Amino acid sequence: MAVTEPSSFEALTLALGGEIFAIDANSVHEILDVVPLTEVPGAPPLVGHLINVRGKVVPLADLRIRFGMECTPPTIDTRIVVVEILLDEEPTVVGLLADKVHEVTSIAGASIEDTPDIGMRWNPDLIKGIGKRGDDFIVIPDIVRLFTTH
Amino acid sequence: MTAGDPGHIFREEAAELLVDLETALLHLEQNPADREPLDTAFRALHTIKGSGSMFGFEAAASFTHHLESAFDRMRKGELTATPAMIGIALAAKDHIRTLIDDPANADTAIGDGILDRLAQQSGSAAVADSIGGLQEDGDAPATWRVRFRLAPDALERGTNPLLLLDELRGLGDAEIVALTDDVPPLEELEPTRCHIAWEVTLTTAHPRSTIEDVFIFVIDETELTIEAVSAAPVSDACAAEEPATVSGLPAPAPLEPSDAPPQARPAAPSKADAGPEKGKAQQAANSIRVPAERLDDLMDQVGELVIAHARLKQLISDSVDLQIKSVTEEIERLSNGLRDITMGIRMVPVESLFGRFRRLVRDLSQELGKDVVLTMSGEETELDKTMIERLNDPLVHIIRNSLDHGLEPAADRVAAGKPPQGRIHLSARHAGTRVLMTIRDDGRGLDRERIRAKAEEHDLIPPGAKLSDAELFQLIFHPGFSTARTLTSVSGRGIGMDVVKRTVDGLRGTIDISSTPGGGTEITLGLPLTLAIIDGLLVRVGQGRYVIPLFAVEECVELPSDIERRHANRNFLNIRGALVPFLRLRDSFGVRHPPDPYQKIVIISSGDKRIGLVVDQVLGDHQTVIKSMSKLHADVANFSGATILGDGSVALILDIGQIVAAGQNQEQRREAS
Repeated sequence: MAVTEPSSFEALTLALGGEIFAIDANSVHEILDVVPLTEVPGAPPLVGHLINVRGKVVPLADLRIRFGMECTPPTIDTRIVVVEILLDEEPTVVGLLADKVHEVTSIAGASIEDTPDIGMRWNPDLIKGIGKRGDDFIVIPDIVRLFTTH
Repeated sequence: MTAGDPGHIFREEAAELLVDLETALLHLEQNPADREPLDTAFRALHTIKGSGSMFGFEAAASFTHHLESAFDRMRKGELTATPAMIGIALAAKDHIRTLIDDPANADTAIGDGILDRLAQQSGSAAVADSIGGLQEDGDAPATWRVRFRLAPDALERGTNPLLLLDELRGLGDAEIVALTDDVPPLEELEPTRCHIAWEVTLTTAHPRSTIEDVFIFVIDETELTIEAVSAAPVSDACAAEEPATVSGLPAPAPLEPSDAPPQARPAAPSKADAGPEKGKAQQAANSIRVPAERLDDLMDQVGELVIAHARLKQLISDSVDLQIKSVTEEIERLSNGLRDITMGIRMVPVESLFGRFRRLVRDLSQELGKDVVLTMSGEETELDKTMIERLNDPLVHIIRNSLDHGLEPAADRVAAGKPPQGRIHLSARHAGTRVLMTIRDDGRGLDRERIRAKAEEHDLIPPGAKLSDAELFQLIFHPGFSTARTLTSVSGRGIGMDVVKRTVDGLRGTIDISSTPGGGTEITLGLPLTLAIIDGLLVRVGQGRYVIPLFAVEECVELPSDIERRHANRNFLNIRGALVPFLRLRDSFGVRHPPDPYQKIVIISSGDKRIGLVVDQVLGDHQTVIKSMSKLHADVANFSGATILGDGSVALILDIGQIVAAGQNQEQRREAS
């Protein structure tokens, strides 16, 4: 699914499975070091854990599972990006596991391209577009779709 | 939501007034001679009419006006509160609610029908009561001196004295004098305050009560004197003695209905009349209306404080610093106190719930032609507000069932040697950390044979299965189960009791039924005091920690190692002669971690079913705040929520109902294979 009118936006860039992803900085609540995880038996693997974020119980999502990436154990750089997304009109706070968090940067609308139909390893439905920054490509995932489509 | 929508505030106020009105009407029906409910009903109607037109609910206001008129006449003794009249008033009350809540869909035909019946009941003059009242008084115009001083902050609260004066002018010839004696010097003058009082000399044919009614919305804050004036001028100085002077005057005496305080002391009665209202107003001023979400937020914060304190306590447990220890203990005392107070804020007497069923029982008993009396006890027992709201539907279903199926028609009751009048009793009481709510009727009791036949027909139990009473009665909570022979508008559609079961389960409650043939049925709901905090048993399975709600825990035993070895496929445990199936949580949760050498079993019960849960370790009891899980985990079975432990990590709370059901299914599968 392509973004029809790409506009520039403030994005938090993070590394995940060797790629760089960009998340709308406005949806980010905070960035945490890795905290103790609680496994939820029977939950979908994408949201298989819960964490405690300032007294709130928040599901932790490992997006690498959704993109078929290898799940490596956490390193010293691993962070949890706490974002708020709208699920069925309901604001929901979710933690996203990131191999490394880079920076907040502005991604120019003109540099965002539609997701190419071929040459992608992933389901194009999960990607809003591909941005460019210098020589790097930045994947802009559709966070809500990551959780709502299966 | 504070000042945003005055209509919303009116709707809330009206909803409360309508509840008062209904209570008063039902009370009046029982005690037609009692004056207090009549007054309460009248006041409620008057306020709804007044505020209604103020906030633009014209349809509701004008409809209410007719009802108010009828009640005014009842107050004057011109009409009596017959059961028929009460019936109409109750229907009218429902219609007013529709007019206020959903004016677009209100059916005017219903309203007109009610008004027609009202007019028939009260005689054709009912609608024109003000003229009727006036004619009855039949007096020549009298002159009154009305003196009023508004509260200093009346203007800030939106009272417009000009409207009051206009209203007085509308009653007759009025001469208005502003009393400026209280106006402060210019430098002290606060422009938003009301410094002026007024004296109105009013010549009107209306009775004194009409003048008082002008001030009905401000009466609590206003200094108001209404004095009858004779033709001879009375000097201001003797105003205090005036009552005595006036007592001999013929004019005012017949104006008042005979049972009202006599006219002799004009100033005093107006104070006395305001007495009860004033008390009520003060009570209202001492309580604050707070949106429920704020209380939830407060509860969350307090919960986090409790958790944070638990962590602090853990951290300093090794410390030898006495000063830090004593401060921590101080904080513990404070946070526990805060938690108790916060929970207390959310508690409401169950009376607010029970009260709603008076009307239900009245209407249903009329519809079914059964004479039924509803009695209550323990209405002062307190329960979490959310819980009260959610218990409404289940209790409605249970009471309906009692009335429809449980209680026999009068003839059958007499034949069975019982009083013709059926009885339903609601009670609530504390039992430890739970509240027991009981609904008892003295009807025919549950028909065991019919329940059994019906269950066999629906393949819920194998033919001839041996079931205890408790097991048999639980069947009535099965979806689609109804033993009513004929469908009535009240019950018998087979929906209802399963809703009861689901809702009560959702509240972490239990349902017990006992029934004596011919003697009646008693349904007891066991409910936690609050939804926010749970007493749990903390256990470990593999590396995960889980909370088992303590109310469901019966005992903990060790898994005998011979069972472990010999009967790998037989998951039954002998607990003092009773066979209890057990479930290995490590299998259910897919734990790969090797099991501890000595496994423990926690025996839990749900309803009449017992089941053992095999865990690696029992860590101890744990009181904590329940956190709901997000939408992303909505379809995860086995857990009803999560909680945060003393070390800050998250633990899941087991959903007892689902686990027990899963255990039963496992047993059935095993038996089938």
